[in-house]
Amino acid sequence: MTINGWIQILIFCAIVVALVKPLGWYMMRVFNGEPTFLSPILHPVETILYRLSGTSEREEQHWLTYTFAMLAFNLLGFVVLYALQRFQAVLPYNPMGMSAVAPDLAFNTAVSFMTNTNWQNYGGESTMSYLVQMAGLTVQNFVSAATGIAIAVALIRGFSRTSARSVGNFWADMTRATLYVLLPLCVVLTLLYVSRGVPQTLSAYIDARTLEGARQTIAVGPVASQLAIKLLGTNGGGFFNANSAHPFENPDAFSNLLQMVSIFAIGAALTNVFGRMVGDQRQGWAILGAMGLIFFVGVLVAYWAEAAGNPLVHALGVDGGNMEGKEVRFGTAMSALFAVVTTAASCGAVNAMHSSFMPLGGMIPLINMELGEIVIGGVGAGLYGMLLFVVLTMFVAGLMVGRTPEYLGKKIEAKDVKMAILAILCLPLAMLGFTALAVVMPTGLASIGNPGPHGFSEVLYAYVSGAANNGSAFGSLSGNTLWYNLTIGVAMLMGRFLVIAPALAIAGSMAAKKTVPTSAGTFPTHGGLFIGLLVGVILIVGGLTFFPALALGPIVEHLSMIAGQTFSAGG
Amino acid sequence: MLRQLRPALVMIVAMTALTGLLYPLGMSGIAQTVMPDKANGSLITVNGQVVGSELIGQNFTGERYFHGRLSATVGPDPADPSKMSSVPYNAANSGGSNLSPTNRALIDHIKGEVEARKSQNPNQGVPIDLVTTSGSGLDPHISPEAALFQVPRVAMARRLPEDLVRQLVAEHTEDRMLGLLGEPRVNVLKLNLALDRANG
Repeated sequence: MTINGWIQILIFCAIVVALVKPLGWYMMRVFNGEPTFLSPILHPVETILYRLSGTSEREEQHWLTYTFAMLAFNLLGFVVLYALQRFQAVLPYNPMGMSAVAPDLAFNTAVSFMTNTNWQNYGGESTMSYLVQMAGLTVQNFVSAATGIAIAVALIRGFSRTSARSVGNFWADMTRATLYVLLPLCVVLTLLYVSRGVPQTLSAYIDARTLEGARQTIAVGPVASQLAIKLLGTNGGGFFNANSAHPFENPDAFSNLLQMVSIFAIGAALTNVFGRMVGDQRQGWAILGAMGLIFFVGVLVAYWAEAAGNPLVHALGVDGGNMEGKEVRFGTAMSALFAVVTTAASCGAVNAMHSSFMPLGGMIPLINMELGEIVIGGVGAGLYGMLLFVVLTMFVAGLMVGRTPEYLGKKIEAKDVKMAILAILCLPLAMLGFTALAVVMPTGLASIGNPGPHGFSEVLYAYVSGAANNGSAFGSLSGNTLWYNLTIGVAMLMGRFLVIAPALAIAGSMAAKKTVPTSAGTFPTHGGLFIGLLVGVILIVGGLTFFPALALGPIVEHLSMIAGQTFSAGG
Repeated sequence: MLRQLRPALVMIVAMTALTGLLYPLGMSGIAQTVMPDKANGSLITVNGQVVGSELIGQNFTGERYFHGRLSATVGPDPADPSKMSSVPYNAANSGGSNLSPTNRALIDHIKGEVEARKSQNPNQGVPIDLVTTSGSGLDPHISPEAALFQVPRVAMARRLPEDLVRQLVAEHTEDRMLGLLGEPRVNVLKLNLALDRANG
């Protein structure tokens, strides 16, 4: 670890924290339907969309209606994306003549982008036409992120409203998230990325003759516009196979910083939206504080592991940090930070290959995802995931002192805790359940790329990443098989909708409750004690659930490595 | 549920038009007008022929050139296009080795590379970025140490004074942005182009 590495990490943190209040203020106005500087242009567009849809921004929805609206929209999005992939060969904007995507891969990819996961069992530049990249993948990048933000806003309204029957209007929330938040920021970001050298063209790939006289085909495309939303919407699906490690998808240190800040910006600011809407910004800062604590420990371990490097390589007389699978312009510090950021949020973009990380360096992304990506998290998803843990924490705190738990003046009752537990338990069910199945089935084992305990980690990482809707991978696993396409697809659906539905149920339940006035016996939820308790509950739930699996994968690999042991295929 | 189908249909069509066509096509239009060189891939042209992109590394194997990172990219096998084989710096199929740190294959591979490099310059320690595979397989950069390590070999092959080659490396060493962000690095393609010019 170097001082410069830590300075870069601190610069990143400072920018994210500085953006929390202004962005939080702006988003609060947007979702409250108050005018902003973009309203003169965007409000007419909005109104036309609502009129065509047969709804109105003033129409309020019960939480069940809100859920159905979200499901209907996602279902149609899935159908459109699936169809675009299957028919890409006969559709326009296909200069490289890509053929139709196979049914199982198209299913996996459509689910993947619809659920904001962006798990990719394909290489972008060798599989997808420009039309699919733009009108299919980019669209879902926007609307899956907007869906996540909408759910978070609905849950916030649940806590901020009193004796209410409704939690907002899904169509208005989704449209506003797209038009007022994501799209304007993406326009600015796209131009910034192009200015660093990210291509934005519809021309065919470039044919170059190298200095040594060989032919090199250079893939280009409308990269920058997709890159902007890939990070801002915490989607993570790369235009190119190598994702943000590709020099066209991340040309230099500035684009790299911009990408990491984009991943965290909206998720961090939503904690402030929460604080503002419930009338006490300290509530938002407390949640951000708990997130920050877990994040910092993750960065510390990952950076230490990568900067220390591989003792098996050092034994060959080569010093230095672990550079396998990393790019020179980022080095170990910015690669480790990016890995923690992308898995703390449910982004899944990578600027280095996680499979080649040191065992403990690769374990941090795994843990981040296993906890449900509640450290900043996916746009919206991180906040509603964290609020589920808050419900659980207040329940535990209530048990300790023998009082009915309450949060922000809302009594937390049995059905709320049941819903929170349901959401929290469905993740390990999908992650560990499918992993257990895959490692006893020949078809699951056949895809493993690295021998030894790392092979197990690859399978675990795949289902953890899928269910957590992250999308990063230990790329050594050959995921484009019928088994993995289908099972990871199901894991992604479970991890998305079995969390969203209970979260909205809690939103509805909370909105309907009366607010209890604060008394001397109320447990304050904006201080250090609350933050400590919340982090404790998260780590205990996560630790008890996942430690055995981690012990079989990264931990045993680390211990083998420091004992000087290597693993080879078939032996 | 059925009542939500109409807005769902309207919204998916509208959002596809807006974020899937208007946005990327509009951005392409602006980028092509304002920054055409960057938007088209930062291409380098010599005598009217595109020789590569300044952002994309290319495969150098000859003694007369500085070599870049190892690349694990693959492409269709020339002998049998239905199979994939190693095609270093294939800029139409990026990717890393994805080998795990405890994989015997990785350690053996690095060992072989270290021995090959040592034979070319026994006086210095081998920089780690010269014997490891980049994440994209297209890394355009090496560390300044990795460039200096290759100076004796390149200077000998080109019959140029080592000092001149070392000076070229220094001229092509890019520092951290604002002295803080990223890592110091040398763009291999640009350095090799400068070498060709120095040789006349």
